[in-house]
Amino acid sequence: MKSQEGMTIIVKTVTRISVWLIFVYGIYIIFHGHLTPGGGFGGGVIIALGFLNVFLAYGKEYIKKWLNIGLLHDLEATSAILFVGIGIIGIAMTGGFLANFLSKGTLFRLFSAGTIPLLNILIGAKVGVALFLVVWSLSLFHIDEGGEQ
Amino acid sequence: MPIETWLIFILGFMIVGSIMALEIKDLLSSIIAIGIVGLALSVAFLFLQAPDLAIVQFLFEIFAIIILILAFLKKEYHKKDDPSNTNKILTLVTVITLGAILFFSIDVFKALPAFGEPYMNTAKYYLENGATETGSANLVSAIILDYRAYDTLGEVTVLFTAILGALTIIRIKKKSSGTEEDVV
Repeated sequence: MKSQEGMTIIVKTVTRISVWLIFVYGIYIIFHGHLTPGGGFGGGVIIALGFLNVFLAYGKEYIKKWLNIGLLHDLEATSAILFVGIGIIGIAMTGGFLANFLSKGTLFRLFSAGTIPLLNILIGAKVGVALFLVVWSLSLFHIDEGGEQ
Repeated sequence: MPIETWLIFILGFMIVGSIMALEIKDLLSSIIAIGIVGLALSVAFLFLQAPDLAIVQFLFEIFAIIILILAFLKKEYHKKDDPSNTNKILTLVTVITLGAILFFSIDVFKALPAFGEPYMNTAKYYLENGATETGSANLVSAIILDYRAYDTLGEVTVLFTAILGALTIIRIKKKSSGTEEDVV
C-alpha cells in the first residue's frame, strides 16, 4: 500500500464489487429504454456515475492506467457521428431525417421499435463517456490551478 | 390524500431547503441543502407519474452534488464580505424588476389550463398512435427518439460542445503554464 491516493481500503473494496453492478444497471436501463422508464440519457448518467465512483475511490493515477482516455474521446465522437449517420440513412430510405427505417417488430419485445434502441445505445455511450470526461477534464484543470498558486 | 396536497408539501420542503442553502454558514451543509431541492423535485415527478423524468432528475442531482463538493469544498469560499452600496442598489433593482414581471404576468396564469387537465391535442395523438407508429412501448422514448429526434440531436450536440469547451480551456491553460503532461 504505497500509494495513498484515493480513499480508504473499505471504500476501494466496496467499489470494486459495486461498480460492475452499477454498469450492468446502466446498460440495462439503456437497452430497455424503449420498454421501461429510462433510456439513453438516464442510463448514460448511471454509467458516468460508475466511472466517477472509481475515479473518486481510486484516484487519478489508477484511472490513467485503467482507462484509455483517448479511446473514450474517440467513442464519444463516434457515437455522435453514428447518430447523424442513422439520421442520414433515414433520409435515404424514407425521406425524413432520423426517420424510423427499420421494421417495428412486436410491441414489448426487446428487439422492436426500429431505430429507437440503436439511438438509445448511441446516446447512452455518448452521455456516459462525455459526462465522465467533463469531470475528468475539470479535475485536471483544478490541479493546474493549484500548482500555480 | 389527494395529489395536490402531496405536491404542496414537497414544494414547501423545497422552499425550506433553498432558504437553508442560502442561510447556512457551513459550505458542505449548504451543498446538501441544495441537493434537497433537486431530490424533492424528483419525488414530485414520481407523484406526477413521470418516472423517466424522475430517473434523470435524481441522477443529475447526484452528479451535480458530486461536482459541487469536488469543486468548492477545498477552496476558501467561506469568507463573506459586506456588500457594497452599489451591490445593494443593484440587488434592489433586480428584485423590483422580477417582482414587477411576476405581478404583471398573473393574467398569464389565468389563461393556463387547470391542474391535471392539459390541452390534449398533441398528447392525445401520441397516446393513441405512438405505440403502433413507432413500435416502442415506452412513449417517452418514442417521442424523444422518433417524433422529436431532432431535439435529441441538439441535446447530443450540447454535450459535445461542453466537452470541447472544457478541453479547449485546459489546452490553453497547459500551453500558457508550459507543463508537459499529456492531455488527450
